[in-house]
Amino acid sequence: MTTYLPTEKELQVKTQSHSISLIRRKEKPFINAYAGGILLGIVLFLTFFITGNGLGASGGMNRFVVYFQDALVPDHVDNTPYLAAMAGGDINPLDNWVVFVTVGTVVGGFLSGWWNGRIKLETNRGPRMSAKTRWLMAFIGGALMGYGARMARGCTSGQALSGGAVLSVGSWAFMLAVFAGGYAVAYFVRKFWL
Amino acid sequence: MPTFPLDLASSLGHWEQYVVYLLIGIGFGIVLEISGFGISTRLAGQFYFRDQTVLKVMFSAIVVAMVLIFGATALGLLDYNMIWVNPTYLIPGIVGGLIMGVGFIIGGFCPGTSLVAVATLKLDGVFFTLGALFGIFVFGESVGVFESFWNSTYMGRFTLPQLFGIDTGIIVVGVVIMALVMFFGAELLEQRFGKKDRKLAPKWRYGAGGTLLAFAGVILVIGQPTSATKWSWVEAEEAPRLEKRAVMVSPAEILDYMYSEQITMQLVDIRSEAEFNTFHIDGAKHIASNQLLTHLPEWQVLTGNNVIILMGNDETAAIEAWKVLVSENVPNVYILDGGINHWIDMFDLSSDDLEVVEQDVADDQLGYTFPVGTVDFMPLARPNPSSYGPFDLEYTPRIELQGKKGATGGGCG
Repeated sequence: MTTYLPTEKELQVKTQSHSISLIRRKEKPFINAYAGGILLGIVLFLTFFITGNGLGASGGMNRFVVYFQDALVPDHVDNTPYLAAMAGGDINPLDNWVVFVTVGTVVGGFLSGWWNGRIKLETNRGPRMSAKTRWLMAFIGGALMGYGARMARGCTSGQALSGGAVLSVGSWAFMLAVFAGGYAVAYFVRKFWL
Repeated sequence: MPTFPLDLASSLGHWEQYVVYLLIGIGFGIVLEISGFGISTRLAGQFYFRDQTVLKVMFSAIVVAMVLIFGATALGLLDYNMIWVNPTYLIPGIVGGLIMGVGFIIGGFCPGTSLVAVATLKLDGVFFTLGALFGIFVFGESVGVFESFWNSTYMGRFTLPQLFGIDTGIIVVGVVIMALVMFFGAELLEQRFGKKDRKLAPKWRYGAGGTLLAFAGVILVIGQPTSATKWSWVEAEEAPRLEKRAVMVSPAEILDYMYSEQITMQLVDIRSEAEFNTFHIDGAKHIASNQLLTHLPEWQVLTGNNVIILMGNDETAAIEAWKVLVSENVPNVYILDGGINHWIDMFDLSSDDLEVVEQDVADDQLGYTFPVGTVDFMPLARPNPSSYGPFDLEYTPRIELQGKKGATGGGCG
C-alpha cells in the first residue's frame, strides 16, 4: 500500500525525529482537492487578468541555469542561438518575470509549509524502495522532466495549466501527452510507488 | 478599451513590476503546498488510480480560470488578444509531453511542485530539482542539433475555438462539462482502487460544479466581443493613422522592398478570385475578406520584420480588412495605396507589348482589362526597378516596424 497517508502515530514519530525545532508547528491536513483547484484557478486567473502572462516554473529554472552558464562560459552562450536569446551580450537572463514567479513559488511553498507545520526533512517513497534509490530515480525523473519541459516549451504550469485555461490547442495536446506518457509507464515502475 | 491586462512595466517601472510577479509566485507556491503537491507519493498516486488529487486540482484550476478569463473578456474587462496564449508547436509539444509524463512517474514531481517540495525540505524534491536543472542544461546544449524539429509543426496562436470553428462560449461550456464528467470518473476510480468513500467527500462540490456550469452558460449567452466592438476600443488611436494615410504604402515602396531583404512582406490580395487570376502582384496570396480571421493564429504572433500589406482594386475593401486585423492586434498591417488600380497605373508597361485597357468603373472594381491568356504579365507583376532608375519613383516611406503589443512570454518564459 502507499505511504502517503501516514497514521497518527507515524506522524508523531516523524515530526519528533525530523522537524526543525525553530519552525515546528502543529501539522495540519491538506485541503480538499477541489478547494485547492479552485484557489489555484483564482491565482491563475488573476495572473492573466493583471499581467497578461500565465504561470510558470521550468522557465524560471531555465534562466537560473543559463545565468550560471553565462557567468562561467559567456562566449559559449553568445555563440549558441538558443542561449544567446536569453543571455547573449549584455542581456541578463534573470531580468524576466518568470524568474520572480519561480522565486515566489519557493517562498510561498515555504511560508505555507511552515504555517501548516509541514516542513519536515524527509524522503517520500514507496514502501519497497530505499531512500537512496528514490533519490536516484528523482534525479533521473527530474532530468527527463527538465528536458521534456524545454522541448515542449513549458511544463505542467506553463503549458498545461496556463495554456489549457486560455484554450491553446498545443497546450491541450501537450496535457494529453503528459498523462499518456505517465500512464504508459506507470505499470512498469509500480515497485517505485506501491 | 478593456483596462486589463495592465501594462505593469509602464505603470510601475521595469524592475518594480517584478514585485507583482513575486506575489503571484508566492500565491502559487502556497496553493500548491496546501493541496499536498509537495508530496511525491501523493502525485504519483494519480497514475495508479488510487489518488486523483492531481487531476482534480489541475482541471478544477483550468476550468475555474477559464470561466473567469472568458467571463472577463465577454464583459469587456479583459482583452483576450493581449494575453499570452502558448503558440502551438504540435509535435515537439507532444514529444516533450510524453517525455515529461515518463519523468513524472519516475521522479514523482513536475518542475513547479518540486520547488514546493524543496521549500518544505523533501529530499526527493531536492534531487528531482537538481535533475530538472541538469535536464534543462542538457536541452540548452543539444537543441542546436535538432532545431528544425523543435520549430516544426508551428501553428501560431492557435485556439480550440479556431480549431473546431465554433463559438468560444460553446467550447467553454463543453470543457466544463468534460471536467465534471472526469471528476465523477475520478471519484469512482478512487472508490474502487483507493478505498475512498465518495459519500464522505464534501457536498459543496456539487454546488460548485453547478455554479461553474451556470457561469459557463452565461458566458455562452453574452458572447465574446465582435470585431466591430474591438475596433471601437482602438478607434481613437488608429483612426487618425488612417485619416492621415499613414498606413497607405506606395506601390514604389513595395517595389523597393520586393528587392530588399530588410523586411518580409506578406502581400494579401482580398479581391475576387477571378480578379486575382486576371492579374496579381508577384508573390501575393489570395485571401477572401471573409477568410481573413482564419489566418489570425499566424498573423497575431508575427514579430520583428514582418509586414502585412492588404490590397483591393481600390481602397474601400482593404480599409475594412485593415480595421479587422488592427482590432485583432495583428502588428504591422498596411494597405496598398490606391490598390491594384494604382499599381497598374504607376507601372504601366504598355510599351512592353502588354496591352492594358483602362475602363471607367465603379469604386473598388478592377479598372483595366487584360488580353486573355496571351501575355506573360511578369513585368507588371514584378517590375524591374532599373526600368525607372533608382530615384524616378518618389514616395513617402510609410512602413515603420512596431513590436507586438501584449504579453510576450508565456507560462514558461
